[in-house]
Amino acid sequence: MSGTKDMNLTLKIWRQKDQKSSGKMMDYKVNAISPDSSFLEMMDVLNEDLVNKGEEPVAFDHDCREGICGMCSLYIDGEAHGPDRAITTCQLHMRKFKDGDTITIEPWRAKAFPVLKDLIVDRTSFERIQQAGGFISVNTSGNTQDANAIPISKHDADKAMDAATCIGCGACVATCKNASAMLFVGAKVAQFSLLPQGKVERKDRVLNMVKQMDLEGFGNCTNTGACEVECPKGISLENIAIMNREYLMASISKED
Amino acid sequence: MSVLDSKIPEGPIKDKWTNHKNNINVVNPANKRLIDVIVVGTGLAGGSAAASLAEMGYSVKAFAYQDSPRRAHSIAAQGGINAAKNYQNDGDSNYRLFYDTVKGGDYRAREANVYRLAEVSGNIIDQCVAQGVPFAREYGGLLDNRSFGGVLVSRTFYAKGQTGQQLLLGAYSAMNRQIGKGKIQMFNRHEMLDVVVIDGKARGIIARDLVTGKIERHSAHAVVIATGGYGNVFFLSTNAMGSNVTAAWKIHKKGAYFANPCYTQIHPTCVPRSGDHQSKLTLMSESLRNDGRIWVPKNMDDVKAIREGNLKPTQIAEENRDYYLERRYPAFGNLVPRDVASRAAKERCDAGYGVNATGEAVYLDFKAAIQRYGKEKALVTGNHNPTEAEILAYGEEVIEAKYGNLFQMYEKIVDQNPYKTPMMIYPAVHYTMGGIWVDYNLMTTIPGCYAAGEANFSDHGANRLGASALMQGLADGYFVLPYTIGDYLADEIRTGAIPTDSPEFDVAEKEVTDTLNKLINIKGTKSVDYFHKELGKVMWDNVGMARNEAGLKEAIEKIGKIREEFWKDVRVPGSVEGMNSELEKAVRVADFLELGELFALDALNRNESCGGHFREESVELGGEQKGEAKRDDVNFKYVAAWEWTGNPGQAKMHKEELEFNDIELKQRSYK
Repeated sequence: MSGTKDMNLTLKIWRQKDQKSSGKMMDYKVNAISPDSSFLEMMDVLNEDLVNKGEEPVAFDHDCREGICGMCSLYIDGEAHGPDRAITTCQLHMRKFKDGDTITIEPWRAKAFPVLKDLIVDRTSFERIQQAGGFISVNTSGNTQDANAIPISKHDADKAMDAATCIGCGACVATCKNASAMLFVGAKVAQFSLLPQGKVERKDRVLNMVKQMDLEGFGNCTNTGACEVECPKGISLENIAIMNREYLMASISKED
Repeated sequence: MSVLDSKIPEGPIKDKWTNHKNNINVVNPANKRLIDVIVVGTGLAGGSAAASLAEMGYSVKAFAYQDSPRRAHSIAAQGGINAAKNYQNDGDSNYRLFYDTVKGGDYRAREANVYRLAEVSGNIIDQCVAQGVPFAREYGGLLDNRSFGGVLVSRTFYAKGQTGQQLLLGAYSAMNRQIGKGKIQMFNRHEMLDVVVIDGKARGIIARDLVTGKIERHSAHAVVIATGGYGNVFFLSTNAMGSNVTAAWKIHKKGAYFANPCYTQIHPTCVPRSGDHQSKLTLMSESLRNDGRIWVPKNMDDVKAIREGNLKPTQIAEENRDYYLERRYPAFGNLVPRDVASRAAKERCDAGYGVNATGEAVYLDFKAAIQRYGKEKALVTGNHNPTEAEILAYGEEVIEAKYGNLFQMYEKIVDQNPYKTPMMIYPAVHYTMGGIWVDYNLMTTIPGCYAAGEANFSDHGANRLGASALMQGLADGYFVLPYTIGDYLADEIRTGAIPTDSPEFDVAEKEVTDTLNKLINIKGTKSVDYFHKELGKVMWDNVGMARNEAGLKEAIEKIGKIREEFWKDVRVPGSVEGMNSELEKAVRVADFLELGELFALDALNRNESCGGHFREESVELGGEQKGEAKRDDVNFKYVAAWEWTGNPGQAKMHKEELEFNDIELKQRSYK
């Protein structure tokens, strides 16, 4: 443990009553924050304080608090998931800040992610993209072929796994100047295109998912690469290239 | 004769499930469309059940409190999933998996359920691979396995340290396919607040839309509860912040018996507490015990020097380290089951050998594995004369490939590099084996109401083996419930759509609305978290890793008082309309405050030590097993299923006697 002394901080936080209301930044103070506490534990301290004062606590999404559920989603000092790499907000620790710092906390900002309250946004646009094709059409039967019937090269399996680690938090969209969801969609398309089981439906999948992505109002990709930098799981830009290749191939060769 | 009918099919254990499937009723495809099923919870059990039921043709409504089914806490499961595939040719079989699970559960699970679990385990892997789950593979392209605690074979399939995530995303993708087809109606950000029982049958639920605050009525011909465990009754656990007992508790209060609530798994390898600010504890996968060696210093002087910061663990010589699991349990060593490993850590720390400032931490050391793998990799890469530094670098590469994400998680929390210095770990509340009582068909004591996954009590007895939770969740959801529910629903084909304007729905909705209003209007002085922490402290101190009669009686009294104070003095800001996270927490903590008392009552009743339940009054006093837990099969070879009678302290116990026909009851030995 770092053992440095507790910190006093100023927080500038986006407050918004609901989806219809307009919001604004508000200032708060928190004191005696341990550098070993996580960022969300610091938010807990603030909320406990607000409740004790009879004020309404700041609403923010969170659940697993170990970086895997993808629920937490704060834009901290201008960076998705704050000033550290390869982590989610819940894994960000206060030792990354200094006593006396002012920290600005905003929700994800994107047309396709409307704010529901304070720091909580609606990410159901991601759900609809997955529902458009983020699956392999196989029923539960218990009689699919043996799991080892088709060998898959370790290289492909590992690459599929790297793409599949996406937690669907939306940091890529929040970070992108175009609010593009290409990294999110690319990760799913790439995962399945690398696996023999996913190849059967690859054309329909990429066309349907991209179509839904556009309908939801996400922007296009201009290869800036900020998404990859801020992605808590380090999903590679290569997945976007794979998706573009899949899309092109499907567009020129689809029968019907 | 017990009121509990487990409905275990007749015949030899190997044939029970097949015969049962052949004999139960089936609903024809055209009729399935006319039947609605509600599934609450979208983790491995709920997600796989919702997808499978929809594929079969039922109209499914699924509910999750998160903003997506993909965020259910199954996602956080790390190490792997067991299946009796015997791909490693190490003598695995359905029987061996069955035997290991019953033994690991300290002979407190139902044989027939466990055998079925082992029987369908192989299908789970086939199914997941077909769905595109990217399990780890060997260079030849076939699936890789690792070992987990309490077994002597390698049967655990894994996807890095994120197996739960990949399996859940598999079930989620299957759900998405059905949502896209309109066969599943998905209700995100919705919380079930009561079950509606009409003429003795579960006919629907009352749910709150967590965005608008609106109270909704949903009807169905069957209700499936797959809402996970109740570890958060301890406040600090490895569960997600929102994990709760509410759905299970509400059905309990409407007639579903709650079985063995005191069976809790305290997982041995979690990141230790660092201070009062802590909101949750983080697991470090059991798979790490494949390669990590657990130790504390042998000499008290070294312990003191470490705590004072004058000595580093890496400076302690091999002969001054106490690898206490290897010392006490030579046969299983670091891979003893979780309950045994946790108690051993507590024993060393209670004796004063804990290695951090709080005195509650032991080392998990990868040095030996890094060196072993490093030498191997050096040879494979053609370096036949590697330097020590090269060996370490190679070894760290191998360890990173296996556990990279876990090591990164650890480093972010503790700010130490576990490749260079041993991890510090300590036991934490992780999983609850107890849960809603179900029969062989997974039906609760409310007809038409089912419980699946961690929410039910059925398969793990008094202790769950590693990598078996994922197996059970998916077995229940993909392969058990979709069949067994048909047996009940076959009688519902003439029922027609169930209206939601009946008096039963009115009453249930009013109860929910009244409770919410009451919570808002108490306008007391203390936050919900204050009460939750108070409850957690009592649970951990008196109902934690070691329990005794006096402590349990004290816990029952204290919890009653905390509950009373809660209903007088809690402060829930805001209103019942719109998003209100404090109100959500208040509802959940109110239920934990009732469950906690039943939990302690069950622990008090069970005056034996079995699995994760350790009574200080019941230990071996002599012989080779001296100091180990002592089970009492004469008096406690039963499931305690508790019936709600209006007050948790007055719950009525019903016994389901357990029969062991295929496994001989023995003392569990890992020595």
